[in-house]
Amino acid sequence: MEKGHQGHPATYEEVQKIHPLYFNIVKKRYWWFALSLLVIVPGIISLFIHGLNLGIDFKGGTMIEANFTKAVTQSAITDTMKSVGLSGEVQLSNGNKSVLIRTEALQQEKQTQLMTALQKKVADYDKKTLQVDEVGPSMGQELTRNAFWSLLIAMGLMIAYISFRFQFVFAISGIIALLHDVLVVVGLFSLFQWQIDSTFVAAVLTIFGYSINDTVVIFDRIRENETRMRRGDSYEDMVDKSVWQTMRRSVNTVVTVLIALFSVFILGGESTRVFSLAMLIGVFSGAYSSIFNASQILVEIKTHMKKPTKGGKAVRA
Amino acid sequence: MKRGNIIKLVTLVLIVAAAVALSIKPLVDPNKGIPLGLDLRGGVHLVLQAEPNKSGAPITNDDMDKAKAIISKRVNDLGVSEPVIQTDYNNKRLVLDLAGVSDPDQAVNVLKTTAQLTFKDPKGNTVLQGAELTDAKAGQDPSGAGGYVVNLTFSSDGAKKFGDLTTKYIGQRIGIYLDDKLLTNPTVNVPITNGQAEITGYSTLQAAANDAVLMRSGSLPVSMTITEKHQVGASLGIDSLHKSIQAGIYGLVFIFLFMLVFYHLPGVVADFSLVVYGLIVLWVFWMFRVVLTLPGIAGFILSIGMAVDFNIIIYERVKEEVRAGKSLRAGVESGFSRAFITVIDAHVTTLIAALTLYYFGTGTIKGFALTLGVGIVASLFTALTFTRLVLRLIVGISAKLNPAWFGVRRDV
Repeated sequence: MEKGHQGHPATYEEVQKIHPLYFNIVKKRYWWFALSLLVIVPGIISLFIHGLNLGIDFKGGTMIEANFTKAVTQSAITDTMKSVGLSGEVQLSNGNKSVLIRTEALQQEKQTQLMTALQKKVADYDKKTLQVDEVGPSMGQELTRNAFWSLLIAMGLMIAYISFRFQFVFAISGIIALLHDVLVVVGLFSLFQWQIDSTFVAAVLTIFGYSINDTVVIFDRIRENETRMRRGDSYEDMVDKSVWQTMRRSVNTVVTVLIALFSVFILGGESTRVFSLAMLIGVFSGAYSSIFNASQILVEIKTHMKKPTKGGKAVRA
Repeated sequence: MKRGNIIKLVTLVLIVAAAVALSIKPLVDPNKGIPLGLDLRGGVHLVLQAEPNKSGAPITNDDMDKAKAIISKRVNDLGVSEPVIQTDYNNKRLVLDLAGVSDPDQAVNVLKTTAQLTFKDPKGNTVLQGAELTDAKAGQDPSGAGGYVVNLTFSSDGAKKFGDLTTKYIGQRIGIYLDDKLLTNPTVNVPITNGQAEITGYSTLQAAANDAVLMRSGSLPVSMTITEKHQVGASLGIDSLHKSIQAGIYGLVFIFLFMLVFYHLPGVVADFSLVVYGLIVLWVFWMFRVVLTLPGIAGFILSIGMAVDFNIIIYERVKEEVRAGKSLRAGVESGFSRAFITVIDAHVTTLIAALTLYYFGTGTIKGFALTLGVGIVASLFTALTFTRLVLRLIVGISAKLNPAWFGVRRDV
C-alpha cells in the first residue's frame, strides 16, 4: 500500500488520474458560456417584455375580514379560495372564528363568488360585520429599492475584499458568476411567469450569499496553485487542475444542499413552494457557475491581459 | 492507545447529548422560547384610521404615504422586526401587523401619537417645530440626578432659531411640548447657539426612548385612531408549514447520512459538530430575542450549508494531505489549517454581504442578514474549537489508526 510518497502536492497528471470522469473543463469554456447565455438571454428578454408575475405582497389587493358562526380551518379557506381560482394569505383569530384574507384585487362579482363559496363550503358568516378593503402592497417599492441598493453596496464591498485578498480580476469573475445566478433565477421566474411573493426576496438574497461563497473556495485553490506556477506553465492548465482538485468538494456540497431543498420542495406544501423552487434553481446555478463559469471567466480575462507582455509571471496578491 | 482521549471523547458526546436534551424545551417554549414572526406564528393586527383635522382639510393619498413612512420608521425604531404595513387609500386607513411585541398597548400608543414637537416662548407662541430636528436620542441625565433625558440636535436653521429664542428670553421659562403635553419648561440660563438641547425629567429610560423615537420620526400629517386591534394567526399556511419543517428534518437526516457514508469517521465528527453548531446558533437567537421568520430561516439554512461545506472542505483537504504522503496526524493538522484559510475568505466575503444587508436593509432583508451573520460566525467558531478538538482527540488515540476510517485510500 505504502508507495513511499514524497510529501509533494499533487501534479496535474495525478489530479487527472484521481477523477474517473476527468475532462478538460477550462478548454471547453465557450460551451459553458454558451449554455449559460442560452438560459440567461431569454430570461432577460422576458424580463423586459413581461416583467415578473408579482403577487399581492408587491401589488396590493383586497383584504377581507369575515366572522364565521363556528370555528374554521386555514386549509378549508384556502381550498375554497382555490376552487374559485384565488390564492393568498389566510390568518385566523378569535378562536379560529374570524378570518383575515389577503388576496388579489377583487371585483364585486368575484368577491361575491368567493363569499358564496365560503358560505357553502366552509360555514355561515356574519354579513353585518363583513369588512372588505383595498390595501396597498406590504412589500412596497421602498423595500424593493432598498434591497436593490443594499445588494449593490454589498457587491462593491465584496469586490473590494476579494481584490484585497486575491486580485481584482478574481473579484470581477466572482461577481459576474454571482450576477449570472441571480439572473438565471429571476429570468426563469419571468420566463415561466411563476408568481413571486415576499419569500422570493429571501431566496434571491440566499442565492446571492451562496454563489459567492461557493466560488471563493475554488478561487482559493487557484490562488494557491498560482504561487507554485513555474515559468512556462500554462495558466489554463493550472486553473483546470484547481477546478478538479476542488471538484469533489463542489459536488458533495451542492448535493447535500440540493437534497435538503428537494425534500422541502416536494414535501413542503404550498406556502414554501416559491421559496424552495427559487432556492433550488439558484443553488444549482450557483454550483454550475462556480465550476463552469467563474474560473473560466478568470482564464479568459487573464489570457487577454497577458497577450501584449508574454510570459509575465503571476504574482500572489 | 491513549485511554485518556477516549474518555474525553465519550465525555464530550455525553455533554452534547445532555445539552441537546436540556435545550429543546426552553428554545421552543411558546412564551419564552425563540420568538416567531408574523408568517410563522402571527401577531397583532391593527387598523389605524386617519382622522380629518379640525380645519376640515381632506386627507390626501400623499398624507397617507407620509403617515405610512413615519409609522414604518417608528415600528423599526421600536425594534419590531418585519412588520406588514399597508395603506388603504379609499378608507384612509393603515393596516399594521406586528409580531413579537411584548406590550401591544404601549406600542400602539407610540405609533398613533401625532408627535408634534413644539418650542414655545413665554407668551405661548410657537417658535420652533419638530421638523427642525435632525436627531433625538435618549440617555442618562449627565447632571447625575439619576433621571433620563432626550438629547436633541437641531438642523442649522433650527439651531439658529433656538439660539435666537434662548438669547431673547434669558432668565425666563420656555415651553417644550409634544402634541399638547408639556414635557418640560426650563428656565434659560445662557443662550444656546450650538444646536444642542436636552429635555430632562424622565424617570425611566424606556419613557425617554419612546419620546426620542417619536421626535426622531417626525410628526404625523394626520392624527390616527385605532379602529381594530386583535391577535391573528400565522400567515403562512400552518399545514404547509408543518410539512416544510418535517421535510427540512428529512433533508437534515439525509445530510447526516451522506456525511457518514462519504467521510466515515470524520463524517461522524461533522454530524456531531453540526449539532453543536445548531445549538449555538439557536441559543444566540434566543438570547438576542431574534424574531424568526421565513427569510430568517433562509439565512439560517444558508449558514447550515456553509457549515456543512466547511466540514467537507476540511476532510477533502485532509485526504489530499494524507494522499500526498503525510501521516494521519500531520494530515489532520495541515489539512485543517489549510482548509481554514480557504474557508475564512469564503466566509468573510459572505459575512461582508450579511453585514451590509443588515446595516442598509430593512424588514425582510435585515432579518435574513442577521441570521446569516450569526450563522457564519457560529460556523467558524464551532469548527475552530469543537471540530478541531474532536479530530485531534481521535487521531491522538493511536498512531496506527486506519486511514480508511478517514475515507482515504492511499493506493490511488
